[in-house]
Amino acid sequence: MGDRLLVGTKKGLFELRRTPGGWSIAGTRFIGDPISMLLHDARDGALYAAEALGHFGVKLQRSRDGGESWQEIPAPAFPKSGTDGPSVSYLFCLETGGADQPGWLWCGTIPGGLFLSQDHGESWTLNQALWDLPQRKDWMGGGFDDAGVASICIDPRRSDHMTIGVSTGGVWITDDGGASWRGSAEGMYADYFPPERRHDPEVQDIHRLVQCPAAPDTLWVQHHNGVFRSTDAARSWQEVTTIRPAKFGFALAVHPRDPDTAWFVPGVKDECRVPVDARLVVARTRDGARSFDVLTAGLPQSHAYDLVYRHALAVDDSGTRLAMGSTTGHLWVSENGGDAWTLAAGHLPPISCVRFA
Amino acid sequence: MARVAFTANLERHLSCPVQTVPGNTVRAVLDGVFATEPRLRSYVLDDQDRVRRHVAIYVNGDRIADRDRLGDPVSDADEVFVFQALSGG
Repeated sequence: MGDRLLVGTKKGLFELRRTPGGWSIAGTRFIGDPISMLLHDARDGALYAAEALGHFGVKLQRSRDGGESWQEIPAPAFPKSGTDGPSVSYLFCLETGGADQPGWLWCGTIPGGLFLSQDHGESWTLNQALWDLPQRKDWMGGGFDDAGVASICIDPRRSDHMTIGVSTGGVWITDDGGASWRGSAEGMYADYFPPERRHDPEVQDIHRLVQCPAAPDTLWVQHHNGVFRSTDAARSWQEVTTIRPAKFGFALAVHPRDPDTAWFVPGVKDECRVPVDARLVVARTRDGARSFDVLTAGLPQSHAYDLVYRHALAVDDSGTRLAMGSTTGHLWVSENGGDAWTLAAGHLPPISCVRFA
Repeated sequence: MARVAFTANLERHLSCPVQTVPGNTVRAVLDGVFATEPRLRSYVLDDQDRVRRHVAIYVNGDRIADRDRLGDPVSDADEVFVFQALSGG
């Protein structure tokens, strides 16, 4: 069970620990600095914290002693190509490579780059094949000025097989470790796009993409205009129409062993990003989206305007403990698969990401 | 030798004391500073070595004109000041 939580916020990193009396803040780091992403590398215990300093750019910090001390290491950066060239503005997601790739890290950025480090973050290389995709010209910013690689899923059976989600820019799959990519949108649609382009892979806004570790052929997507599920390794997608109380949202988590169990945090819709009826709920399916439970116990059911960002809902390795943090600085934990939630901290800065570590 | 000073706000992240360095452009002067503190480069310049959008550079009280190539001239006894533009919340 995950007894430690790392919480990245607009104004610092918070560490929470579980004690017999409940969850409490055990430490803080980087107070005042925006934290965009966190990573715990279970292979070697290292922690990573990505910063988005408002004036001074993106930074990457690493701790090799469980968070006691941190060292700044190089952050991903685009190759120099001239004064019109790109520059990383946000480190959007961080994931470890496969179990057979010690020291490998992948980082998705805004603008939509994918970077690989093969040396624990000491150096980074842009994945040129993805960056050079002709379809990238149709990628767009989704809440940011530029498109971003928001999700990276590495197949636990074969590390060369990766599936990534771009917001906005679709789902892309590689079978050769990133040497080549193909879009996958069969069954998806983008209802905000001109009809003749609505089904194109590169226009899909993938808010969040997750893969079940124990059943990697099952993937879930919280899309800008709905929820989609694949059971054939992202070759095709089926829209989930049963989710309640709304199909819009950002956050999504899948059970580590049961591909049919997933959690969502719906909001009204894209132009009104607040909980339906100002009641914060978690939508959970345990039968592969045939039905959903709307979970409310312990969550505010009156005048709640919390939004949970795409990386701010986490499930631990047991599949029964969850945590989620909101834009209004509330952090809730559930010990029973979402049936009931407890407020673990209520006055944090806006929360960008939550990780069990 | 130009005198280069950085906003004290950078001291939260890394050491950047006032320095005197040679160079006849802003680029040359800053490269001289970065040679002694390589980490500082990414705080002031972006991936393409342009001045970061929310960083301001002044020479003797005048804002530099060339934020992409940093070609503004610098003479001995000039003062270069690097600080953050006021933004954010």
